Amino acid sequence: MCSLTLFPPPLPDGQTTLCESNNELLSGNNTQNASPMSLHFPRESLKLHSRTESSSKAAFLDHSETLWMRSAAAWRDGGLTGLLNEITDSNSEVPKWLSVGSGCILALLRWMSSFHGSLFPHLTLSSEDMIAEFSQVLNWSDCVVRAFAWHPHTDKFAVALLDESIKIYNPKSTTTPTLKHRLQRNVAAMQWKPLCASALAVACQNCVLVWHVDPCSLSARPSSSCAQVLSHPGHAPVTSIAWSPSGALLLSASPMDTSMMVWDVAAESCVPLQRVGGGGVTFLSWSPDGSHVLASTPSALFRVWETRMWTCERWPCLKGRCQSGCWSPDGSRLLFAVEGETVIYALTFAGAPDISTSSLKGPQAAAVVADLSETTFHTEDGDLIVGGEIQSLAWDPRGERLAVLLKGDPQATNRPAIIAVFKTRTSPIFELLPCGFVQGEPGVEPRMMQFHPNFQHGALLTVCWSSGRITHVPFYFLTSAVPLVGLSGSPSLLHPLERPADFASQSLFTELLS
Amino acid sequence: MFAADSGCWFTQKVLCWRAAASVAWSVLLLPASTAAFVVLSKLSVLHPVQMFADCVSVLLSAGSVFSFVLLAGVIIMVGFLTFEYYTVIPSIACSKVALLGQLLHPRQLLYCLAHGVMGVVVGWSCAVTIGYRYERLAYLCPQKDRDGLLHMCLNEHHLLLLLEGGFVGLSHSLLGVIQNLNYVSFGTVQQHKYLCFKASLPLAAKCSAAQAFYSVRNFVLLYFFLGHIPRAWMCKSLSLHLDSSAHPLDSISGLLDLSLLYLLWISATYLLFSWYMTLLLFRIFVTEAYSFPVQSTFTEEAPQCLPKVLSEKQPMILKFLALQDLSLLSQHSPSRRSQVFSLSQPGGHPHNWNAISKECLSLLADLTQRLVSYHETVATNGRTKSLSSGSDRKTSSESSGTEDLASCRPTFLMKTPASVFLRSVGAGPQSPLTSPFTPDLDSPFASPTLRQLTSPVDPGSPWHGVVQSPHVMRRAPKLWSTSTDSQRNGSPPASPATLPTPKPESSKPSFLAQFFQNRREQLPEASSQALFADGQAHIWALDGLSYLVQASFTEDQFGVVQTTLPSILSSMLLLQEAVDRHFKLPHASSKPVRSTISLGDSSHKTLRFALRATLKTAIYRITTTFGAHLHAVQLSAEHRKRLQHFLEYKE
Repeated sequence: MCSLTLFPPPLPDGQTTLCESNNELLSGNNTQNASPMSLHFPRESLKLHSRTESSSKAAFLDHSETLWMRSAAAWRDGGLTGLLNEITDSNSEVPKWLSVGSGCILALLRWMSSFHGSLFPHLTLSSEDMIAEFSQVLNWSDCVVRAFAWHPHTDKFAVALLDESIKIYNPKSTTTPTLKHRLQRNVAAMQWKPLCASALAVACQNCVLVWHVDPCSLSARPSSSCAQVLSHPGHAPVTSIAWSPSGALLLSASPMDTSMMVWDVAAESCVPLQRVGGGGVTFLSWSPDGSHVLASTPSALFRVWETRMWTCERWPCLKGRCQSGCWSPDGSRLLFAVEGETVIYALTFAGAPDISTSSLKGPQAAAVVADLSETTFHTEDGDLIVGGEIQSLAWDPRGERLAVLLKGDPQATNRPAIIAVFKTRTSPIFELLPCGFVQGEPGVEPRMMQFHPNFQHGALLTVCWSSGRITHVPFYFLTSAVPLVGLSGSPSLLHPLERPADFASQSLFTELLS
Repeated sequence: MFAADSGCWFTQKVLCWRAAASVAWSVLLLPASTAAFVVLSKLSVLHPVQMFADCVSVLLSAGSVFSFVLLAGVIIMVGFLTFEYYTVIPSIACSKVALLGQLLHPRQLLYCLAHGVMGVVVGWSCAVTIGYRYERLAYLCPQKDRDGLLHMCLNEHHLLLLLEGGFVGLSHSLLGVIQNLNYVSFGTVQQHKYLCFKASLPLAAKCSAAQAFYSVRNFVLLYFFLGHIPRAWMCKSLSLHLDSSAHPLDSISGLLDLSLLYLLWISATYLLFSWYMTLLLFRIFVTEAYSFPVQSTFTEEAPQCLPKVLSEKQPMILKFLALQDLSLLSQHSPSRRSQVFSLSQPGGHPHNWNAISKECLSLLADLTQRLVSYHETVATNGRTKSLSSGSDRKTSSESSGTEDLASCRPTFLMKTPASVFLRSVGAGPQSPLTSPFTPDLDSPFASPTLRQLTSPVDPGSPWHGVVQSPHVMRRAPKLWSTSTDSQRNGSPPASPATLPTPKPESSKPSFLAQFFQNRREQLPEASSQALFADGQAHIWALDGLSYLVQASFTEDQFGVVQTTLPSILSSMLLLQEAVDRHFKLPHASSKPVRSTISLGDSSHKTLRFALRATLKTAIYRITTTFGAHLHAVQLSAEHRKRLQHFLEYKE
């Protein structure tokens, strides 16, 4: 069941996908059709830090400080290991037994951590490598745009750039506030707080920052006092965050920490939810109805939490860790992709558990809904291979379009990263139909994507490209389901959608088949 | 008498059982912590086999069984005291004087004394368990006295452990007041009890070790300077002798014994850990969500239904649990929501919704009122009234007596401990001491301590007896957790007339007055914290209302919510306005300092921020759900404007 063979062939070179209309993807020549909405951040325009803080530290550290002062500084900066290192290094100043002893303890600690690391190999990675490994962004360390977040209710969005700044764009205002903070380094993810106009949570290397950007303020550089710092010892780097759809709680996850944090942001307090298996938490996704949370780990295991009593189901995978996942708008269906496999799985959950039934009634096994193994398309520019492992999944808020970012192969020129879009239907039965590929300028690959949370005319996919460009691809269609209450304001009338008859034959997956 | 008849069933059927279960669990867990203590106290790296044999023999000996029974008794006592003294609304001292008042309250002194005695008992058990030179209080002196008789000598090591237990117990109970250990807060997320306990266990261990370290340090210092007093007293009262050959322990060389210090620390840690566990288990059990029926077919069960329970004042925890249940059902339970939206049969009245919304709205209105009057009373410079402005304050307090009282409502809570002064000062010879307080009595921010203090100054005044009566009432068993409403409704201070009469002939402030004045002004943020002390109730009310209104968009078949929508919106907007104004005051938006490791719950310090965030989210929840339909809702022009901001996401 290879799904990609049913897709329309990719566009020839020089053509970019513009939009979907009347059930087909329209393309155009990119030079003429640079949309006014698109943004461009050329790499050269960013002032990058030439050296990191840790590398410059050695150059400035005053070594004439007393041993006592240096030890205190090492304890503050590097904890116990830092202190032991400092004592071991300055063996001329301390008694011999002390330096030997601390050296022994250090060796013991290293041995233990290497043993721990052999159980969970990801623990040996550096912070940046770890973020790059587990991020939803393709090739994160090389990205100009490191994170992107649409506001859930309005047309504004935030962009995190390689130079550790965040810019907020709002079509209704001329100012674009730039957010900078001392702790805002290596931004892995961002999300706006639902049911709030101003709060933006940012997952940074050492903490989670929650910015409060007053939408009426004219300031272009909000001070760092507008940011709340949420940090917990051992909980770094933060690779994923998720607000509850009700806006009350914030979840944060770090691959280094086996517990995921539930933050009460206003009180700046957190409740750790610890499950040791898996060795950390890499990716979080809160279902739109708020009843479940997907939490994947660096091992071949992911969990689905139920949010009333915070109990979880363990889902061991066969091959690798869960790379990405997304929920249907009603929270009843979870699609996920596993590292090392080229298929999309689906899990179906019973509706939100009632208060009387606390147990989570879940499915027994995941069903394969799409196979994205490599497929060769013969185009005029030569053969093009599409397919392979999945980097991230995104489902539009109405549940009608599913975008899949395929990793491709950076070595092979004819196997680029590409976004494949499926048409989906969730009711009465789950169906998956091919829609097409979203392509950009030649030689530019998509790095991340996100659907606009309340686009009136269908779905709007925002794609960040490796060139630093951000474009929006609208999918115009009439919705077949009642729009979600709370997302699109007042309920509009039902629009019966007339689907072309030939789609029935093209259907990739329906629940009736499986 | 602390609970009305209606709330009594809850105390009897639920609360007592929960408390009993928590105590039972802590007694069941005691052997584990005792075994850990035994192992740690016998720790010797060089002789592991002997250590193991020692531990087993100690654990199986008859003496340890006896001391275990004793310890179980202590745990039960601690659990009982926790149950008696817990509170869901923290008592926040607005000034240092008020804090002192809290510490010196007779009820509090009783609590401290009980903990001190229990500490001695635990110290004795530790000494017996450790054995060796610590086991007995007295031993035969090695030397004979002049007559050639053998005497019993005092074993100072044993005494040291006993005193240390008492000291740690006392300091634990005193620190408990400062850190609000008896405040029971409700968790951010619901979890099963076992998981909660497992998650909080490392924290308890860490806290007890750290706290034990500081306590032992203080104790050792104290013993170094004052150790001879208890030793001499012990010798005298038990007619024991001092062993002249043994080294006295209140000396540097005596106290710098590493094994002694280690054992002191271990036993203090053990004591604190077992008590902290009891406290933690109690908190976990008592705050477990309780599901109240929304309506019942049987009339005898009607008082246990949610609409009825919500409106009750006593016990406070019942109201809190009911509000928590309301907020949970509004989020998670469609079937129970449908009961809320249902109509009565016969009659067709939405009694359930009416009762619930009325109670929530009155809670919000109450808070709004409190904030508004607080704002009014705060002088333009953002500080509490100073001496000079006392007189003009008086007139307004008379004119708006009830409001004024409402503004001090949270501070009323801590009047309880403060009223000790009433006794100590009134009875003692230092009654002139009260006169310095008079000048700013009429300030509404005069701490209740001072108000209480000054009241009995003139026993002949007509207020004398009046002020006494709440004091008598206050001695009822349950007053730590009590809501002030009962005091407000049931006791004379409720009427504005009972505000202490200002003394126009205010004397020149003496040095002492200045001193107290300074002490009083040192906690600027506290008054803001005190205003929001019961903020958790308001947060749940806001959550419950907004989720119910959101659900009513699709689930409310009879439109019962629509009738109250204007009043819900306007009361939320009014509160929003009041909260916004409050946060413009200095100190109100300053964040409290992150507390160091402590088991004391500091969540009350941030309740106002949580309330502000919840309020905004609640309004947004309603506006995003209803969208443009809200234009059809009857609202005042100002509120409409405000709502428009929310509809455009500009707040």
